[in-house]
Amino acid sequence: MTKRLMRGNHVLGEAAVLAGCRYYFGYPITPQNEVPEYLSGRLLDVGGTFVQAESELASVNMVIGASMAGARVMTSSSSPGVSLKQEGISYLAGLELPAVIGNMMRGGPGLGNIAPSQSDYFQATRGGGHGDYRCIVLAPASCQELCDMTFRAFDLADKYRNPVMILGDGMIGQMMEPVEFPAAVDLATLPVKDWALTGAKGRPSRTILSLLLDPKVLENHNYKLVRKYDAVTRSETDWETHLTEDARLVVVAFGTSARIAKGAIKRVREMGLKVGLLRPKTLWPFPSQPLEELTRVVRHLLVFEMNTGQMVEDVRMAVKGQADVNFYGRPGGVVPTPEDLAHQISHYYYGAHLDEDGGSKDRLVGGLS
Amino acid sequence: MTTKTVFAGFGGQGVLMMGFLLALTAMRQGKNVTYLPSYGAEVRGGTANCTVVVSDEEIASPVASSPDCAVVMNNPSLLKFVNVVRPGGTILLNSTLVHAPVNRPDVTVVSLPVSDLAHELGEDRSANVVMMGALAEAMNIVSITDIKEALAETGLGKKPKVLELNRRALEVGAEKARQALNKEKKA
Repeated sequence: MTKRLMRGNHVLGEAAVLAGCRYYFGYPITPQNEVPEYLSGRLLDVGGTFVQAESELASVNMVIGASMAGARVMTSSSSPGVSLKQEGISYLAGLELPAVIGNMMRGGPGLGNIAPSQSDYFQATRGGGHGDYRCIVLAPASCQELCDMTFRAFDLADKYRNPVMILGDGMIGQMMEPVEFPAAVDLATLPVKDWALTGAKGRPSRTILSLLLDPKVLENHNYKLVRKYDAVTRSETDWETHLTEDARLVVVAFGTSARIAKGAIKRVREMGLKVGLLRPKTLWPFPSQPLEELTRVVRHLLVFEMNTGQMVEDVRMAVKGQADVNFYGRPGGVVPTPEDLAHQISHYYYGAHLDEDGGSKDRLVGGLS
Repeated sequence: MTTKTVFAGFGGQGVLMMGFLLALTAMRQGKNVTYLPSYGAEVRGGTANCTVVVSDEEIASPVASSPDCAVVMNNPSLLKFVNVVRPGGTILLNSTLVHAPVNRPDVTVVSLPVSDLAHELGEDRSANVVMMGALAEAMNIVSITDIKEALAETGLGKKPKVLELNRRALEVGAEKARQALNKEKKA
């Protein structure tokens, strides 16, 4: 298969179509405008439907409708626009409807700016809208991974009947990289959705309801959702480790910041520092267990994000005080260089005396010993 | 080896096209590549730029804080990028439009009137392709032959006549850059 040099936003569009998406509803916002730009033409090739709605709110409600009817459907936006979609995402979760939501994050809060940022980690991983629910959140670090994760997002959404968010940023959306696309999914081979509203001719009618007035009924529904979220956590948690075997310090980073971290680790390794990387590929479910296991041998973690510290909270919860957790981040759309991070890593590494024998196992900077 | 190149100029000079062409050519040679355009609140006639990283290894950051090479098509771009090129790096200048001096004794400067050269070729719009020929000559990233082959995959090579013109433009750029580099070596 040949490689194509494509912009991340176009990759998301193409991969969605190949994964069987036939409906896209969206509203423009930088830096993800090339997703609707691409799909406005591409969906016509496959007999799909593209609507540029009058607002984010309208588009996410169109997603609800298409999903109820059994279609593979996607919307996308960037940070402020995703905030506007949250009501609909909460409904998707409550109604147990599959849908894929792309978020190419930009600097916030408020209107913020249009530069790449990872400012929406909390919003994405805590549900985002009202109610007791979770979105499955995938965090690509390259255009190829964006392609692969888009396929996975549609499968996970259908499998668990749950909204799935692809959490990229302005960099992933705007950058071009070589991508190899897998073969197109044949919609006829997908499992039949025996809950979808397809017309009740010749069968009993079905209903999909969001309003469950009886507290006991809603409580049961909430517990049902929790059992589903537990199953997702058991089966779908995904992460990558890089050079952790001999590491005395491990950087934890996702998406764009993870690839910057790899560059930084390469630099400090050349200076003899034993540093590795753990990269969550699913942000929810979060790879808490592998992180906790890692702390049996590595007592020093440096969380690196393009925000002021969000995922660091999940890391602290995962390691339960068994490791010293430090943080470095740049908010506001500033993209740190591998050199910047390498400087932070070596500062921490030498400060904790990790260059000395036994440094990693016995000594913690400010906590347990 | 990793080489980071910044392309900068007016919107309309084919600045983003140059970056795309380099990235595409290098990808066809089996290299890892990233192409990152400036995006967002740009104005017509304003500046445009993009960054291309070509590497034999996995590319960490598509952003170039200290690029190995800057391709500068107009004056404002020179002001913006003259001081970020790494020591020992290269600056390629469109001397038809850039008249400001380059106060960087620590970089190689290749100054070519690519807009004039394009005009002589009979197609003003080919200034960017002339510059690509110079880039291939000045930097060891991709060869002229590789770019010529990649051209056919882009809008610059869709029509046979345009493809022929652009191949000619590449050769002119390479030839002039060779002369300029030899002169610099002697001096």
